[in-house]
Amino acid sequence: MNGLSGIFDNRGCPLDKQTFSWRSIASLPISKLDDDAFTRVRIILMNGIEQDALRLKHFGARFHKELQLPLAQIRRVEQHQMTAINWLLSADHSPLETTIAYEQVAIEVTAAVAQGEPDPYQAQTYRFGLLEDFDHLYRYSAMLDRLEGKDANNILQGYTDIVPGRPTSEHHRAPEDDLRENYQKADAALITKIHAAMITAAEYQTHDYYMNIGPTFSDPVARQLYAEIASVEEQHVTQYGSLMDPSESFLEKWLIHEAMEIYAYASCAEQEENPRIKALWEQFLDYELGHLDVACELFKKLERRDPAEIIAGTVPQMIDFKSQRDFVRKVLTEEKDLRTSGHNYVSKEQESEASLQYRARMNDPVVPADIASAGYEWHPGTEQAQHRKRG
Amino acid sequence: MSPEDTKRQLEANNLFPPDIPGDASAIAEARKQAILDAEPIGSVPVPGSVKGMVKTSFQKVMGKNPEILIDKLAERLAFERTGVRLYDGVLAKIAALGSVPGPTDIQPVIQQFRDQEYQHFVLLVEALEKLGADPTAQTPCADLAGVSAEGLMKIITDPRTNLAQTLNALLIAEAADNAGWELLIELAREAGQDQMVEDFGVALEEENEHMGTIKEFLKHATVADLL
Repeated sequence: MNGLSGIFDNRGCPLDKQTFSWRSIASLPISKLDDDAFTRVRIILMNGIEQDALRLKHFGARFHKELQLPLAQIRRVEQHQMTAINWLLSADHSPLETTIAYEQVAIEVTAAVAQGEPDPYQAQTYRFGLLEDFDHLYRYSAMLDRLEGKDANNILQGYTDIVPGRPTSEHHRAPEDDLRENYQKADAALITKIHAAMITAAEYQTHDYYMNIGPTFSDPVARQLYAEIASVEEQHVTQYGSLMDPSESFLEKWLIHEAMEIYAYASCAEQEENPRIKALWEQFLDYELGHLDVACELFKKLERRDPAEIIAGTVPQMIDFKSQRDFVRKVLTEEKDLRTSGHNYVSKEQESEASLQYRARMNDPVVPADIASAGYEWHPGTEQAQHRKRG
Repeated sequence: MSPEDTKRQLEANNLFPPDIPGDASAIAEARKQAILDAEPIGSVPVPGSVKGMVKTSFQKVMGKNPEILIDKLAERLAFERTGVRLYDGVLAKIAALGSVPGPTDIQPVIQQFRDQEYQHFVLLVEALEKLGADPTAQTPCADLAGVSAEGLMKIITDPRTNLAQTLNALLIAEAADNAGWELLIELAREAGQDQMVEDFGVALEEENEHMGTIKEFLKHATVADLL
């Protein structure tokens, strides 16, 4: 599949044929040790997207009585899609190892999006956020090494560098400096709308995951580190969420979300190497086409407009699930010192006073990310292997 | 992981070195401070019968700090109760995968050990009741017994683990259990609980047999995998 030009021609699996069983949604997990890291990247991404599909539809239902039943019907399917996907993660992932995987998703997928995004301001925003998730990976890798004695590269499988990005201690900004300018719905390319919906969904999931698992740690530094980075993820949800045009109606946002889900599943199906998981992506792609069909019919009925006005057009390329190392290094070299002032990206010296004050307050007396990663240099087999000496 | 990728990751270390001075001692210092600031996990509910006694008489019953003996009895109780569930998980695995190679069919042995763990649990319920303590209370050490068994439970109940991997987890539980009974007997002796010392001695003998036998089963299972 190259582009989404045919999505109106294929009505997908009808909603009433989209059935599950408890056994099918809690089925065999992947192997942490044998499956490719990008299989896990796709699982985490799609889990986040389905979670956001539920979230968006719940909010829609709060505002639209006439949509409550069809939204509930589709949500039931999406709940079970999400379960089938999330339950693919095997139980031998410690929460901190899963965290490493979440950051790999944030880095590799956001880097792919940043390169495919045609709107320069939106692309700048993805590059800006990318350097922060890149830094989170480094801080969490140090934590994994120093808490559990494990090498983050067992999860990353060599695809992603483990070095400092824009320091986490400097991610903490005032809310007004996290808001971005939104795309204009009449002018924006379809892929721009898809990117914003997708990366917002991914960041939302990361935030919620950290908020859930943070308190399950007993180590005081890990607890603080999750508290600190979860706060940054909330900023990221604010940032990416504000890229979308608030003047879109709920039904417009729903159409975009369904198109995004189709685009994401199609990308997964195209590149998946595990045949069992590939079949799942193909099945759910077919389901999503069915969801889009329902959304289109309701859009025509309630807004009396053609859905093609919202989601027509092609996309330049599918999500490129591969190591984006060279791109990330280039961005790191060129844009690490970027900061924000309101909607604008500025040099370090021009950062907003509100953010500086907020940060000074939060970072006093300690910065958990700094404590966790003091002097940390990743080495194959952990820093104990790096400093190996016989007694 | 390809060697080429590892090379490039190490190259990144040179391009983008650590930005915060120091080392892992920063974590050690933060932990130390947190330990000094921390509150305890919880407290041991001391039985009413003890509260009502004058100090000298409960010293005779359970030592100067009765909550210590109650806490450790409750810990063993929790561990034995979880132990029964661990054995249930092992039995399910044997039912699916069969016994390990060797002279013995391990299923009846594992079943017997499981039933003995249950009897140890009952023994501890009765011991706590005799002291007027609540055998359903989750004391701090009982709570931690549950935390420490979490990883073992995950390994034993994971359908993907084989019998050798499962027995390895069970052996960790039995080794800790063994040491736990030894300490408990010592505490009961110090507290002058002669009946407990006698009863617990029988339990310890059985636990010794569990540990030795599981170790032997594990050896058979692992050697069979090797050859």
